[in-house]
Amino acid sequence: MLLIAGGIGVLAVVVSMILGPKKPSRTKLMAYESGNDPLPGGKERFPVHFYLVAMLFIVFDIETAFFYPIAVAFGKLGVFAFWETVTFVALLLVGYVYIVRKGVLEWD
Amino acid sequence: MPYWLADLLWVVVKGVALAFALLTTFAYMTLVERRLLARMQIRHGPNRVGPLGLLQPAADAIKSIFKEDFRVTAADKVVYTLAPIVAIACALTAFGAIPAGPANSFFGLNPWVYDLDIGLLAVLALTSMGVYGIFLGGWASGSKYPLLGGLRSSAQMISYELGMGLSVLGLLMLVGSTRLRDIVDWQGANGWLILFQLTGFALFIISSFAEVNRTPFDLPEAEQELVAGYLTEFNAIKWALFQMAEYVNMITASAIMSTLFFGGWRGPQFLDAIIPGISAWPFVWLILKIAAFLFLFIWVRATLPRLRYDQLMRFGWKLLLPAALLNTVVTAGYVAYAREGLRWPLFVIGALGLAALVVGSDRIRVLVNSPRTTGVTELAPPPSGRPLGGD
Repeated sequence: MLLIAGGIGVLAVVVSMILGPKKPSRTKLMAYESGNDPLPGGKERFPVHFYLVAMLFIVFDIETAFFYPIAVAFGKLGVFAFWETVTFVALLLVGYVYIVRKGVLEWD
Repeated sequence: MPYWLADLLWVVVKGVALAFALLTTFAYMTLVERRLLARMQIRHGPNRVGPLGLLQPAADAIKSIFKEDFRVTAADKVVYTLAPIVAIACALTAFGAIPAGPANSFFGLNPWVYDLDIGLLAVLALTSMGVYGIFLGGWASGSKYPLLGGLRSSAQMISYELGMGLSVLGLLMLVGSTRLRDIVDWQGANGWLILFQLTGFALFIISSFAEVNRTPFDLPEAEQELVAGYLTEFNAIKWALFQMAEYVNMITASAIMSTLFFGGWRGPQFLDAIIPGISAWPFVWLILKIAAFLFLFIWVRATLPRLRYDQLMRFGWKLLLPAALLNTVVTAGYVAYAREGLRWPLFVIGALGLAALVVGSDRIRVLVNSPRTTGVTELAPPPSGRPLGGD
């Protein structure tokens, strides 16, 4: 399915490449910057917030990954698994409260 | 012909058929969306090309194929071409796992393309891989606005993915399987899961709206704010592929919501009294449910304003994530301690949770929005009357 879907994407791109007119010019190939000449750069530095969010996402997504087996097997595990889960969540909540108090999630 | 080869062949045929069905649906979704938006704003949508505007998607497609396909000089050569392909490939693939009927009901074939034991995880993983397409697209353009748009969009998508992943945990505890067919069958036996996971569904639908970059979370594409986000430097079919990916993701999200919370391909069983067996008709019910959700997507787009970016991230991290965790723990506690087979209290719990979410979110927002450690002092008082300088 992935191959088929990718194939369709490649096909569309190739067909469009062949069919369209080709009249490149210097102005046409400039990056869009509201009619001004683009300033140098473009791959410049961006706010560190995005890194923070990505790191937090990794941490919490690993947590989610740990949750799935518990959730699926929950019917067989019962009360014990519940308290294990609560402990795990509590540990994570400590970290979560820490980052909230630290103001990591504030965007300005 | 050996047996496995025939099997493989049928899978390929079904995959291609599904992909083209999705692309056609996407094309007509654009038309339906424009016409519905027009209806909601008391005007006519596109109605010139073909009867009722039905040929409009074809015209758009032909136009975008025959447009000049150029690449800005600053762009990265390989990634710029690759990004839309990644986006559309992930979007199309995710849908294949959705079961559209009971086994062998599609002219003797199974009405799904692939059926994994970890179906739900696979679908979530594939839909979230769309982040790659968007971020690479934004980065490869080699320009400021696409880069920022791509960053914003990917940060938003991964943030809401957390809420999405956590909000289905309660459901998994009840069902005990991640295979989508099992989830549908469970609902056939016990009733739709939205009855037992009301809060989970609310969180899931909000996350899906953010996940597919739709209003009120569509600021990566906010035309007035960041030009056009990650799409700024794309043209012709590549631009169309990104749009396609977005709409296909929307269709997939609708299908997932129907499958997980609304009984999937099964119809309401009381209708069996009128026409026997109608609740087990393949395709019909799933398509109806998907259409209902798509209508909801469009309706919301016509109704709600857009969130600001900081509000969006706060909402995702400070409300959605804890609420989803809480929902998981509450469901876990109930499942662990409740007597066997008694499920209606879960509905009460879910309703209470939803009410708490709706009523409490405003209060919580005020509480958590006051910045404590960032050193931001008071905002300037709002100017009285109209400002002097026009803008």
